[in-house]
Formats: sequence, structure tokens, C-alpha cells
Amino acid sequence: MYSQGLIGADSSTTESEEFLAAFQARIDREEKIEPNDPMPEGYRRTLVRQIGQHAHSEIVGMLPEGNWITRAPTLRRKAALLAKVQDEGGHGLYLYSAAETLGVSRDQMTEELLAGKAKYSSIFNYPTLTWADIGTIGWLVDGAAIMNQIPLCRCSFGPYARAMIRVCKEESFHQRQGYEIVMTLAKGTPEQKRMAQDSLDRWWWPSLMMFGPSDSDSVHSEQSMTWKIKRFSNDDLRQKFIDATVPQAEYLGLKVPDPDLRFNEETGHYEHGEIDWDEFWRVVKGGGKMNRDRIADRKKAWDDGAWVREAALAHAEKRRARQEATLEAAE
Amino acid sequence: MTQETPLWEVFIRPRNGLSHRHCGSVHAADEVLALQAARDVYTRRGEGLSIWVVRSDQITASDPQTKDETFEPTASKIYRHPTFYEIPDEVGNM
Repeated sequence: MYSQGLIGADSSTTESEEFLAAFQARIDREEKIEPNDPMPEGYRRTLVRQIGQHAHSEIVGMLPEGNWITRAPTLRRKAALLAKVQDEGGHGLYLYSAAETLGVSRDQMTEELLAGKAKYSSIFNYPTLTWADIGTIGWLVDGAAIMNQIPLCRCSFGPYARAMIRVCKEESFHQRQGYEIVMTLAKGTPEQKRMAQDSLDRWWWPSLMMFGPSDSDSVHSEQSMTWKIKRFSNDDLRQKFIDATVPQAEYLGLKVPDPDLRFNEETGHYEHGEIDWDEFWRVVKGGGKMNRDRIADRKKAWDDGAWVREAALAHAEKRRARQEATLEAAE
Repeated sequence: MTQETPLWEVFIRPRNGLSHRHCGSVHAADEVLALQAARDVYTRRGEGLSIWVVRSDQITASDPQTKDETFEPTASKIYRHPTFYEIPDEVGNM
């Protein structure tokens, strides 16, 4: 569903000038880097961290929406939501497998998430209070994710780029189903319209924060851009998202909750009000409404599934031993 | 939990007439579960008609460090390519 720029990656690297120049030349020729190719340690570390955060976001992102599966208003909505949440799980798995090509294990990543050491997108630490939130998440959160992920399809690291291509193909359904939900509410009774507006009011700013800190405060952006892990800056992507989304809200007759929002005729872009970065950092660092619940839910799912994983491995081992015994007997 | 669930590489044939193509990997305890997981993860929208799964540790790969020696001969032996040979235009397409 989403990647939030990159939080706290250390892109410092210690290779020789010659090695780094040769690597940069490959990047500049738009050659893809594959897992076993020589690469600077900083490049590997940045990717492990970014792909890991991205994968965790997909997995944790299943929780706020999963909350509404049993309460979807119709069977059509329920089937679509189930399929969407299943997609998010799939996206997490594509990404974990891309990260694993860099030499980090799945268990290591899982442990870091459950221990609260790994970051994931701040957006999933907000609660889904009403059915309208399911629509708004599809529309805004998946919309922001698409803005972020389309350029990642051209990321210099092959496995990440390939995973992103699959993700982007599937993500478009997510945004459309979300917009359709909001549209239904916006065109419904006054109460339903209020519900849609309330949801937009709560999700607008957190959605803008999904693009990560402002360029002036984004320490690691520059190196990521040079290595072509990232193609556009956080602020550029945020601007694209606002320009695309404001007219969609207008079409629905909903009001974007930003009194300073105005269209600049000269630049052809919307100008937005100040983003509350204190809130952003508070939520990223664990102070959001749902941080504790999200990790507790993941931990419970992991612990409750332990017996299944153990049983499956024991069964596989038993079958292998039986096969071996049959072979020996035949000799 | 100390034992890690093995990793499997997944190959999918999009439709008959095409070969199986690598599309990613899954973790699974055995080949039965690996096929099941591959189906759920990689074919949710009619992406394929056939799936292969292979234990990742069973794959032998060429060494990227020796890429130059391994693949150099294809570049130097240009006479292996049809464009190396001069055929007059009058002869037509060959």
C-alpha cells in the first residue's frame, strides 16, 4: 500500500572512490542492480531498510481495514474489501521476498517489527472509526501510495522495481473501490454525506504526511536520489498528490480541511497550508493513537500462528524421513 | 521458534505457449504448502496456468564476480551473428 520516504536510514558507506564511481556509472547508465552484483554497503543498507519498512507497512496496513470486513454494508463491499486486504498481504510478501534477496532473513524482519524496532507508515496508526474511513483510505491512502510507488517501478534495484510493478497494477483497484464508497456516501443522505466529510477531515493531513518529511528536513533523500532508489523528492510527490486529489474532492462536493488551500493560476498548482510535523514525528515515534494496538495485534497473530508453523515443519520433516526410509528399504 | 521456514522460488507459466517465468519467492514448510502459498500470493488475477516451486537452496547460480569471463565469448565472436555476413541487396531477404 505504501512507502513513507525513508525514516532513519544510514546511507553512509566506506568503499573506495573507484568502486563507488564504477557503481554510480552503472546507475547513471540506468542499469538495474541485481542482488548478487557488487554494491556499496550503504546502498544495500538503505534498501533493506526501505523495502523492509515498505513491507511492514503493507502488513500493518491490513489491520485498520480488516477492522471493517465483518461490518461491510453489503456483500459486494465485503467481497471487495476482503480482496483488497488480501492484496495488501500479498504486497507485503512480494516486498519481504525482495528484501530477502539482499541477505536479510524474513524472521529477522518479523522480529524487528514485533519488537517495535522497525518503522512502518505513520498512516496506519490512525483508527478507522466509521465505514466512510474504508472509502477514504482507498481513495487517499492508496492514492498517495500509488503516487509514491509508480516512480519506484523504475528504482535501480531490480527486485524492488519488479515487486513495485506488480503492486501498482493491483493498487489501482484499491483506489477506485475507495472512491466509489466515498462517492456513494457523498451522494447519499445528509447524514451519510456528513460521515464522508468527517472522514476526509480526519484523513487528509495524515495522508499528506505519508510522503515523508519536507525536502528541507529529509536528510537521506539526496543520496537515495543519486542512487536512483528514489526518483522524486517528498515535496514533489506530495504536490502531485494534492493536484490530483483536490478536484476529486470537489467532484464529490466535499471540502478539503485546509483553510489555506488555494489554486495558483500562474503555477497551475495548489498551494497548501502548514503541515503539523510535530504530529508526524510523534506518530512515527510511537505516539499515535493506534501504535500500541497495531504491534500487539501483529504479535498476537504471530504467536497464535506459531503452532501452525511448527506443525507444518514437523509434518514436512516426518514425510521426508518416511520417504528416505522407503528409498533405503528399496535398495 | 528457532527453525526458519524454507524459502522457495516460484515460476509461473502465464499461458500455454509461453515458458515458466520466475516471479518471486515464498516461505513454506514443504512443496505442497509452497504451491498453495504461490497460488495465493502470485496468481490472484489469472496470472498463470501452471506453477513450479523449487527450493531456493537447490538452485546453483553462476558467479556474478566472473561475469566478464563467463559471458565475454558471446561478445567477441561476432561471426555468430547473421549481420556479420555481407549479402547483396539483389539477393533479397535472407
